[in-house]
Amino acid sequence: MSWTWFHKLASPPYVYKLAARLTPWFAWPAALLILAGLYAGLVLAPPDYQQGEGFRIIYVHAPSAWLSIMVYVVMGVSAAIGLIWRIKVAHAVAASCAPVGASFTVAALVTGSLWGKPMWGTFWEWDPRLTSELILLFLYLGYLGLRAGFDDTQRADRASALLAVVGLVNVPIIHYSVTWWNSLHQAPSVMRVGKPAMPAAMLTPLLMVLLGFTLFFVALLLVRLRAEVLRRERTASWLREALRA
Amino acid sequence: MRSAGLSAPASSVAVAAGPVSRDAAASAPALTAACLAVSRDLALAFRRRGQLVQPLAFFVLVTLLFPLAVSPELARLRSIAPGVLWVAALLASLLALEFLFRDDAQDGTLEQYALSGQSLTWLMFAKTLAHWLLTGLPLSIVAPFAALSLGVGPAALPGILAAMVVGTVTLSLIGAIAAALTLGMKRSGVLLALLTLPLSLPVLICGARATELAVSGNAYLAPLELLAALAVLAVTLAPLAAAAAVRISLE
Amino acid sequence: MNLRDSRAVFAKELQAENLHVWRADRHVLKGVGFVLPLGECLKVSGPNGAGKTTLLRTLCGLIFPEEGRVLADGEDVRADLRAFHASLMYLGHEAPLKADLTARENLRYWIGVRRALPAQALDGALARVGAGAWCDRLVRTLSAGQRRRVALAGLALMFTPLWLLDEPTTNLDTEGQRVAGELMAEQLARGGAIVVAAHQELPDAVRGARVLELAA
Repeated sequence: MSWTWFHKLASPPYVYKLAARLTPWFAWPAALLILAGLYAGLVLAPPDYQQGEGFRIIYVHAPSAWLSIMVYVVMGVSAAIGLIWRIKVAHAVAASCAPVGASFTVAALVTGSLWGKPMWGTFWEWDPRLTSELILLFLYLGYLGLRAGFDDTQRADRASALLAVVGLVNVPIIHYSVTWWNSLHQAPSVMRVGKPAMPAAMLTPLLMVLLGFTLFFVALLLVRLRAEVLRRERTASWLREALRA
Repeated sequence: MRSAGLSAPASSVAVAAGPVSRDAAASAPALTAACLAVSRDLALAFRRRGQLVQPLAFFVLVTLLFPLAVSPELARLRSIAPGVLWVAALLASLLALEFLFRDDAQDGTLEQYALSGQSLTWLMFAKTLAHWLLTGLPLSIVAPFAALSLGVGPAALPGILAAMVVGTVTLSLIGAIAAALTLGMKRSGVLLALLTLPLSLPVLICGARATELAVSGNAYLAPLELLAALAVLAVTLAPLAAAAAVRISLE
Repeated sequence: MNLRDSRAVFAKELQAENLHVWRADRHVLKGVGFVLPLGECLKVSGPNGAGKTTLLRTLCGLIFPEEGRVLADGEDVRADLRAFHASLMYLGHEAPLKADLTARENLRYWIGVRRALPAQALDGALARVGAGAWCDRLVRTLSAGQRRRVALAGLALMFTPLWLLDEPTTNLDTEGQRVAGELMAEQLARGGAIVVAAHQELPDAVRGARVLELAA
């Protein structure tokens, strides 16, 4: 099997150009899917028999939560690749992912909280999902804080990459602990999202927005990656050539 | 810059005699190396005996805060005792973590460990063990007394001791990773806490649960076994991560 | 895991091949290369900031070069870093001594982790560097020159094929420098190799060493 494509991906100039070419392919479909999905969900889909109109926030909350975890996995995997094979582009990918993932986590927490107010009468509930999201936010903040603490890019890359990998290993353990903790104290679990019995009219917009968010993340990652590569390679000769062209 | 080649020196006779004899310097077995690492840290700590007491004092102080801040009623304190004990233990061990690697990194001892030809993972385990003997273990011994002050009955004390002993092992190991990652950073105290606390949450949850069951007189073996499982996982994986982090800091 | 048999990891030469190292966006080592057969000494010199310490640490394997390799007997040292470390001794700018321990205790822990250390060997090394009178005082009370002598005592105890020394004679008086020179000459005589980073002159005993000049 030819691994040339993999090696090419390790080259900053190649990635810089590739990211520029690929971005529109992700950005436009993302915009379309999100708009269509939100329209379908917020306007077309029938109201929930139990929760009325308020449940519609699920169309933003669930994809945000899902993305927040997916981005952490992408971050952890690219950090591991950068750590093991010493590929700087992989570290740039991880660095670009982190703020995006943190933002998705905040969005999930805020929408979850807003959902809670009309539903349970309180802005916060210690149910396992929200608590796990909160802990995930702190994992992101820890990663960003560690990165910010080093001036030397290489040291920041490698230390935060190790942290990301350690965090990735811990995420399932933390999640199961929190679920167990919650079951012990029999707190009511109110947010039953993604139940299999969801009718197509509700599920389809959800999936559309989910896919749209994912494509949006990739587009955003590509844009941030270009900026990150620019920052890291600012003294390199290939960049001066490319900018002159 | 390439250096010029050179003519055969007078010492070529010695070169022809073969590689440097290593008999005069037989390498130390790993166990000896680990024992020396542990005893060095213990010896250093005992030269500054006053500092040993500080995490313990902090622990007792934090537990003291709750009766003052909440209520002196023993019944009410007993209900929050498990949480209070574990949060205080977590915070106290956080305080002690900064000193795990800092001095060694500054004077080059850590570098010598990395260059010693011994397994750095094993040496990191030894250092963390020494650290636990100096902070986690004393904390676990003091915890039952602090529990008494929070209205916990004497029957619960063995359970509290057991949970604390097992839990603090994991806390030290996880903390070692974070301490190694933040080496070389000035004023890393808050970041150290930010990194360690989310990773320590499973220990907090299981430990507090075990303590709660012990306090209420029920069987606490299940959460204790979970704590032990976490400890085993930490013992296997954490020194590896700490060694990797130390190598990164030496680059 | 590696089989730690008694094969000599390092029997012929140390080679640096086209080493390029960046430290925080600065191109410190630009294609440094040399061949150092056993039994010889290489002096690395250059102005401050030229990368002498960086070169030594790259040779140790602590720093990973962006390009180039370090070879021991023609094999990349990264293939078996631990065995390579077992056959070298690195002495940095600062002697790795703990202020709260005595000189003797420091040596016992520092060298004891690496090799079996009988008491006579320890006493012998301390006497060699002239530390017999003050070796049981806390390092905190010793002067910089005395600490450097304790570091030399550590060196005298490690008969590894390769010594990597970063400014070994800093703070030493003439007597100390003579002892350092003697130790280095003995290392060469028994077939070892030394790489010394120094911007001062080396002690008389090894003054004829080859020089690798690093530009800033």
